[in-house]
Amino acid sequence: MKAKLKGAETGHSLLKRKSEALTKRFREITRRIDEAKRKMGRVMQIASLSLAEVTYAVGGNIGYQIQESAKSARFRIRAKQDNVSGVLLPAFESYLTEGNNDFAMTGLGKGGQQVQRCRETYARAVEALVELASLQTAFVILDEVIKVVNRRVNAIEHVIIPRTENTIKYINAELDELDREEFYRLKKVANKKQRDTAEQDAEIKKRREAHEASDREKQASEAQETGPADILAAEEDEDVIF
Amino acid sequence: MSSQADYKDRQFLAVIGDEDSVTGLLLAGIGHVTPPPDNQKNFLVVDSKTDNAAIEAAFERFTTERKDIGIVLINQHIADRIRYRIDTYTQAFPTVLEIPSKDHPYDPEKDSVLRRVRRLFGE
Repeated sequence: MKAKLKGAETGHSLLKRKSEALTKRFREITRRIDEAKRKMGRVMQIASLSLAEVTYAVGGNIGYQIQESAKSARFRIRAKQDNVSGVLLPAFESYLTEGNNDFAMTGLGKGGQQVQRCRETYARAVEALVELASLQTAFVILDEVIKVVNRRVNAIEHVIIPRTENTIKYINAELDELDREEFYRLKKVANKKQRDTAEQDAEIKKRREAHEASDREKQASEAQETGPADILAAEEDEDVIF
Repeated sequence: MSSQADYKDRQFLAVIGDEDSVTGLLLAGIGHVTPPPDNQKNFLVVDSKTDNAAIEAAFERFTTERKDIGIVLINQHIADRIRYRIDTYTQAFPTVLEIPSKDHPYDPEKDSVLRRVRRLFGE
């Protein structure tokens, strides 16, 4: 049970760290999204301006012509992965496929240069857009993952750890009670033993005293019988004749 | 979690926008028409006559039906017309990106993602 609590605490601290790392990344991404969105506004403005140039140069609307001649994408994206604390974040990468050009005929009559420039501008704009899109994807995924991780952190912090602690507390209380019972029992036994020994002691003492008393009596009677070996009070000695 | 195969073959962008935006993006070379017989375009030109149902259908097609689209670009003023769809769209793939158009300046307050950003940071 203690091991379980320890495991829960370790897991909690690890998850907390993971969530912090993710949040850090998340904040960075949101900041970059904010910047990128503003940048996109500017880039798209420039791009629209260059499209207006094209319209002016070609002298008429080329929209339909372009829409009809679009066949195969030259500008494509591929996804690669980025790993942030075990979370796979996809990132888009744009690339140009070689060899196909749907708009070879566009601007053939006039404004070919403008069309070319416009294409370049828009290609740059789309690159910025792709970058923004990958940021946004990362944002969405990170958002999701952070929610899940935070939920887990909270579950461990507020449910699993208290529950385990309660169990441990209960077990400890039970053990303490058993301990106290045992102690009390021992104390009782000790008391009983003490009482017993005291009784025994008393008995022995009594017996010894009785013994001693009888001894003394015996001695006293003996002394009376023999009498003190007093020199002065000696019995008549034999006369000493010189 | 989205698996690897989920976005490995997504290699196109899709556009829903006004004529100028679509033209410009097509010039950049993102236009793609799937080979016959279905001939699906990955772009939709929206003007004042296009009704919202058509936009929604296109949005639906680009985001859920087609599996080869990685990014959906949509003009912000068009996104406003199907705002509830954009706001409830929370999948990571394909990414929906609102872009400014020529006649409608970009307003960061309306962007669904930026709004989420702001809400998260309590601004």
